[in-house]
Amino acid sequence: MILSVEKLEKQFGSLKAIDGVSFGIREREIVSLIGSNGAGKTTLVNLISGYLKPTAGRIFFGGKDITYASPFKRIKLGIGRSFQIVHLFEEATVLDNVRTPLFARYGRIKSILWSADSYVDITREAIGILKLFNLYDKKDSPAKELSEGEKKILDVAMAFALKPKLLLLDEPTSGVATHDKFSVMNTIVSAIRKEGISALIIEHDMDIVSNYSDNVLVIHEGRIMAEGKPEDVMQNKEVRETILGIQ
Amino acid sequence: MQWFIYVLNGLYFTAFIFLISLGLNIILGVMGILNLAHGSLYAIGAFMAAWVIITLSGLKGVPVPLLYISLISGALLAGFVGLIIERVLIRPMYGRALEYQLLITFGALLLFEDLIKLVWGGEAYYASQPFDILGKIQILGNAYPLYFLLVILVTLIVGSAVWVFITKTKMGIMLRALSLDREMATALGLEIDKLSTIAFVLGAALAGLAGSLIAPTTPVLLGFGMEPLILAFIVVVIGGLGSLKGAFIGSVIVGQIRSIGIVVFPEIELAILFLIAAVILVVKPEGLFGR
Amino acid sequence: MGQLRWRGSILGPRFFVYLSTLVLLLILPLLLSPFNLILLEYGLALALVGLGFNLLLRYTGLLSFGHGAYFATGAYTVAMVGRYIPELYSLEMLLPLSVLFSFIVSFVFGFICVRHTRIFFAILTLSLSMLVFALLFKLYHITGGSDGLYIPIPSVFGMVFNRRPDFLSGFFYYFLVFVFVVGFLFMKAVVNSPFGKALQAIRDNEIRAELVGIRVKRYRLYAFVISGIFTGVGGALWSFVNGHVTPEVAHWFFSGEIVYMVLLGGFANFEGPIIGAIVFTFLKLYAMSFTEYWMFIIGITLIILVLLLPTGIAGGIYRLITEIRKGKTLSGI
Repeated sequence: MILSVEKLEKQFGSLKAIDGVSFGIREREIVSLIGSNGAGKTTLVNLISGYLKPTAGRIFFGGKDITYASPFKRIKLGIGRSFQIVHLFEEATVLDNVRTPLFARYGRIKSILWSADSYVDITREAIGILKLFNLYDKKDSPAKELSEGEKKILDVAMAFALKPKLLLLDEPTSGVATHDKFSVMNTIVSAIRKEGISALIIEHDMDIVSNYSDNVLVIHEGRIMAEGKPEDVMQNKEVRETILGIQ
Repeated sequence: MQWFIYVLNGLYFTAFIFLISLGLNIILGVMGILNLAHGSLYAIGAFMAAWVIITLSGLKGVPVPLLYISLISGALLAGFVGLIIERVLIRPMYGRALEYQLLITFGALLLFEDLIKLVWGGEAYYASQPFDILGKIQILGNAYPLYFLLVILVTLIVGSAVWVFITKTKMGIMLRALSLDREMATALGLEIDKLSTIAFVLGAALAGLAGSLIAPTTPVLLGFGMEPLILAFIVVVIGGLGSLKGAFIGSVIVGQIRSIGIVVFPEIELAILFLIAAVILVVKPEGLFGR
Repeated sequence: MGQLRWRGSILGPRFFVYLSTLVLLLILPLLLSPFNLILLEYGLALALVGLGFNLLLRYTGLLSFGHGAYFATGAYTVAMVGRYIPELYSLEMLLPLSVLFSFIVSFVFGFICVRHTRIFFAILTLSLSMLVFALLFKLYHITGGSDGLYIPIPSVFGMVFNRRPDFLSGFFYYFLVFVFVVGFLFMKAVVNSPFGKALQAIRDNEIRAELVGIRVKRYRLYAFVISGIFTGVGGALWSFVNGHVTPEVAHWFFSGEIVYMVLLGGFANFEGPIIGAIVFTFLKLYAMSFTEYWMFIIGITLIILVLLLPTGIAGGIYRLITEIRKGKTLSGI
């Protein structure tokens, strides 16, 4: 288990957004997190990445208790994440969007007098990542000129550049045109598989879920309703009625 | 009973700082624009009022109350100038980067410094008649200028009127909606252009009124608007961006400290104000009532 | 790595423009009248200020309306040493001292200001500079108050200069060009370094910058301090040219002029602030000698600039060059 969550609770006032959730993610495993709006998916991701602190329960990452660690600490430990809304360095080139996290990771970000281009190794690694994510052709365009799908991919590539052991992706295909969703997901998932990292992906589209995940976690009203292989979960009567029925 | 005089002086300072920072904050809150030319509007109000008072006093048979009514002239002119500024300069600035918005009001400030010089000349105006006529009254054994009390009273009335306007009238509620969420206000179909004009003219008129009220108490000079503008900035820093309550509390703090400071530590009076502002910022980075 | 270009580095396509500018700067004393040469010196000192200011505005996304404070720190460091410790009054001591004091002041002010952005940052920097102004103005028995302080001609490694015009048009001009070139190269390196990329990342997206492991506030503070030191050194050099310093340089009006000159030159380009500083110096002086209503002229040009040419002179030139090139390729087809 790279990540294990035990009896996690998060209370907002009188509302229990997360109510006793326990699960684990193995190495190299891609888990999809599904559930209706307001079920607590984003809250759960925020708890794991450290943007929220739980009211009870524990989170372990790589065997370490990280329940109350700062988001910054968790990034260093190897938890990367993307948001539902892309956060890019819009004015910078695609290459610099990936190089900047690399400079930070290698502790070169404070370097003040040497040109960024003179760090040939880092630039080469950035180019490698761009190739992995099919963005190499765009490396010199400003990020703001990318298409919506490319922006989503770049967003994940930036999290990827920090060499995470676990990636938390909040709806990586939201805002992407339907006919592009699969190609975006293909690019992201094949990069994840290639590097052998684990991922927790919030996703709505059941076709994508069944195509790309090893396991599915269904969350409803702050509790886990079902868990297992995509095909099994989709046969679950309760899930079919309450979750899939809505879709 | 010296302290009582300090408190009264503090209230007097509070009054005029409040009028200026209230205007500044309304413009800031509703339009998201920091008006660096706000001090010029204050100065325009002061010059106008001083000029009207001097002109009226020079005529024979002008009834005394007319001198006080003339104080409004400054507010009217400043409001009118505000209307022109908003239409010509501010309107093209919506959606532009912050540096352009600030620089255009800075340009207006430079422009008005010289326009004031052009219109009213470079000399000081002394228009103390409204102040002299009222004379002094005895308060707890101290002689105190009645005019200062008048300024406090007028500010109380105007401040309350603005408060009622903002919180109770339909127009005021629309203005507040605009300041809370511009996009939402657009979606609700509010007339943003009209509301922005109203906010700017109101803010400008308040600055002009403050200038008019001050005119009888001090020589009106070029560069008259500089110091009040800085005081209003400190009020905004202490009270928080765009908060009317913050503008009031901030003005009280600044006014009282000034009143004591001028007597006790005149050299570092402004430094003390900054120190207090800095302490508040460290404890509460968004200001006392900021959001 | 064939695909790595020398984009943005000193050896880039603008290299020859830089080189010819340097050659021009070195022979200008032979071409310009002493009066215009001194104006150029004001411009070069302000160009350092512009470079520093633009590190904050263009590269970090912070608009300071209080850079006069650091300018005044540099200038008053020179003046105070001249008044109180004349034995240290030599160029080789004064410059490091102005670096030291502008470092201290910009560190303290920066520490308070970088917790905020946008309008609040502008108001805070403005207010703090007015604190400096008020202190310089009111503590007159120390600072000379509104009369300001006299700036004597400094000695240089034991060399003594007697007449200011000789000093300014001779040794000091070349020294100023030297400091300017060093400052230019340093800033050019900074904005292209990983550190510079980090600042631009913070400007573009604070949340993401934090997320990739950049300590946002700390980096803003670093940028603030570098910017403050550039401004302080600019102020110190300016004071030698001016021969006199008053609290006016700490007033936010002066800070506004710094913002204006950077915009005039075009803050979106690295070279813009330099062009702006020099053009502004000449514009202001000629406006002042032309009419007593010079603020009116400056104000009007500022408004026209914001409304019609927001990219400034440098932006205009670049657009012109691009269009000419486009025209050429089109006619070539």
